[in-house]
Amino acid sequence: MSKMDVTRRGVLKTGAVAGGGLLLPTYLRAASHEGFTNAPTGDTVTLGFNVPQTGPYADEGADELRAFELAVEHLNGGGDGGMLQTFSSKALQGNGILGKKVQFVTGDTQTKSDAARASAKSMIEKDGAIMISGGSSSGVAVAVQGLCQEAGVIFMAGLTHSNDTTGKDKKANGFRHMFNAYMSAAALAPVLSKLYGNDRRAYHLTADYTWGWTQQESIQAATEALGWQTVNNVLTPLAATDFSSYIAPVLNSGADVLVLNHYGGNMINSLTAAVQFGLREKQVNGKNFEIVVPLYSELMAKGAGSNIKGIVGSQNWDWKLENQMGAAYAGTNAFVKSFGEKFGFPPSQAAQTCYAQTILYADAVARAGSFNPCAVVEALEGFEFDGLGNGKTLYRKDDHQCFKDVLVVRGAENPANEYELVEIVEVTPTEQVTYAPDHPMFAGGALGTCNPGA
Amino acid sequence: MDAILLQILNGLDKGSAYALIALGLTLIFGTLGVVNFAHGALFMIGAFCAVTVQRILNLSFETVDPTKTDFLGNPLKVQSPYVVDWFGADFGNAIIDWSVPIAILFAIPIMIFVGFAMERGLIKHFYKRPHADQILVTFGLAIVMQEIVKYFYGANPIPTGAPAAFRGSFDFGVLLGFDPNAVIYPYWRLIYFGFASVIIGGVFSFLQFTTFGMVVRAGMADRETVGLLGIDIDKRFTFMFGLAAAVAGLAGVMYAPINSPNYHMGMDFLVLSFVVVVVGGMGSLPGAVAAGFLLGILESFASMNEIKSLIPGIDQIIIYVVAIIILLTRPRGLMGRKGVMEE
Repeated sequence: MSKMDVTRRGVLKTGAVAGGGLLLPTYLRAASHEGFTNAPTGDTVTLGFNVPQTGPYADEGADELRAFELAVEHLNGGGDGGMLQTFSSKALQGNGILGKKVQFVTGDTQTKSDAARASAKSMIEKDGAIMISGGSSSGVAVAVQGLCQEAGVIFMAGLTHSNDTTGKDKKANGFRHMFNAYMSAAALAPVLSKLYGNDRRAYHLTADYTWGWTQQESIQAATEALGWQTVNNVLTPLAATDFSSYIAPVLNSGADVLVLNHYGGNMINSLTAAVQFGLREKQVNGKNFEIVVPLYSELMAKGAGSNIKGIVGSQNWDWKLENQMGAAYAGTNAFVKSFGEKFGFPPSQAAQTCYAQTILYADAVARAGSFNPCAVVEALEGFEFDGLGNGKTLYRKDDHQCFKDVLVVRGAENPANEYELVEIVEVTPTEQVTYAPDHPMFAGGALGTCNPGA
Repeated sequence: MDAILLQILNGLDKGSAYALIALGLTLIFGTLGVVNFAHGALFMIGAFCAVTVQRILNLSFETVDPTKTDFLGNPLKVQSPYVVDWFGADFGNAIIDWSVPIAILFAIPIMIFVGFAMERGLIKHFYKRPHADQILVTFGLAIVMQEIVKYFYGANPIPTGAPAAFRGSFDFGVLLGFDPNAVIYPYWRLIYFGFASVIIGGVFSFLQFTTFGMVVRAGMADRETVGLLGIDIDKRFTFMFGLAAAVAGLAGVMYAPINSPNYHMGMDFLVLSFVVVVVGGMGSLPGAVAAGFLLGILESFASMNEIKSLIPGIDQIIIYVVAIIILLTRPRGLMGRKGVMEE
């Protein structure tokens, strides 16, 4: 019989170590034998789709979820295959990912950073999600991207347009397919010059948060490079609903262009107020007063109604792209067909970017032959592809930002139906919206190294 | 000078909405003693009455146009409103164009019914409960109402235009000797201010010059004594709840062309309206109206670039700063009555 020396100090030490182990987040313990977080062990793999299901962007979130559902269906070999038929990489076989059937869980970001982090954390820890995607706000994207980096899972960003997402807040585990504020400005500037000339005085109203600041900085720099002057930049609270007191000072400011660096409900309300105050009929400095909305979406155009007519902005993608601009944008029609037949209306740009991100993740895993996040990062870095609706695209290694053509659009004057509220003015080629990885607007952060988690 | 005039006008229309919501809140608090956090939701339901009427008037039958195709390449289904089919293009389109004014007639009975249902169905069970319980239950009710509206109408704002005759702006500049277009103000916002004035005047007249109103005012001052005189004051107070709901609803209907209605719009106004009630003085109807306009105008001035450059961010906190100053100097608010919420 052996003698056990049980001391009070020993019990305390053992208890502390065991307790500490139990307190570790699940993702630091799960599947550690595989060497990375939430390594799939059975015949399924779980993806986490974190979208706004409540709150002001719930409609965009619903469209993102539809796209995710469709992408999963196509990955598992269902439906007509959508953009898998046109995608330049042929690594995916329609049998899930690496033979594992894809299933998904969803979370509600509520368009709040803390709620988005909580739901992403829950999907990683409780549901075993190996990749997180979705979202309709840059604040949310930056927060969730940071969490995924810590947790050791891949984050495939949804709708996020702030320069910071792949600028000062970029992370090795995060990837953005959507374009950004700099690209919007670079694409818009030549068109604005062509439409409104180079002698203009611009007044900016800017949503007071990360996206608004970078959007304003980008469009101001691009328009000043044309010769435009910036009369004023007024920051407006994100919670503002009635913009009349911000619009009224524009009337006598000497400005002849109003730039609305607003998105969603903010943009709908500020544009409505601008139209109510007669800005669109106004003549200043001998020119027609113009309004510019740098970032557009179909849902915003719907909310703004007839006020959007003739207003110029930019988009990541549009469902009419392939029909109007040709086969270079292959994949668009295949996606619109799949989506339209399943849901009864054309997809939004939010849906397209989320669908593409899911396919790109799955393809990277298939090409890497592993779910290990570091293998996925390696497969996505510098990856050039085509056939996902945006034309030739590069996932740049330096910042994990996609570089592709950008659409300049305008509110249709006489929409033929409720789905054609936006018309494509021009497609700006990739070279014109490309910037150096160390561009000052993107400075301040480091990509770091990939984190596989466990 | 022109900038100041513009911000006064802005404040008047913003203040109109605050005053109408605060008036209803005060009516409910003054009569039933209930702090109704669902009042913003009633404003939102009013705005959705305008959306609903617009949709009803746009109800359409479908025909297929074989010469055109939809986004999937199928023959295009064309929607034609029944109203246009029945009354002809001119009159039918005019009816659709006037959907917001028409919605006023639709909203009055709907809102009175919603008010009655809220009061009889839920709130009356909380009369004897602490104010904290009343706030929790009415706040919960507001969230339920929001989610119901979101389920049926979605989260995206829905454009609900004013009649074409009232689009555009009135040029005050020319009237006051300024340059043309220096002081212009949208027609519909002026109409909103006028409409709010009429509603506020109507409610005050009703309370001041009718026997029913006199009894209600007596009940607000001393409910017990009025009850001892054999008058069923509860029934009258229930009616006042319905009236307050109708006032909030009408404020919402007329607000629909100013900002496209969305399910969350009530919450945006609710907190500010409560500050308005507290600043005006709990239970004081004239106080609520005066504070509504005062805070609306101050909020507009605080948004001026000259003021914001002196005190950055003042536009976001001005209402609360003014509330603190007024409550420090006049703890019962501008026109608060002694004894209200002081036990």
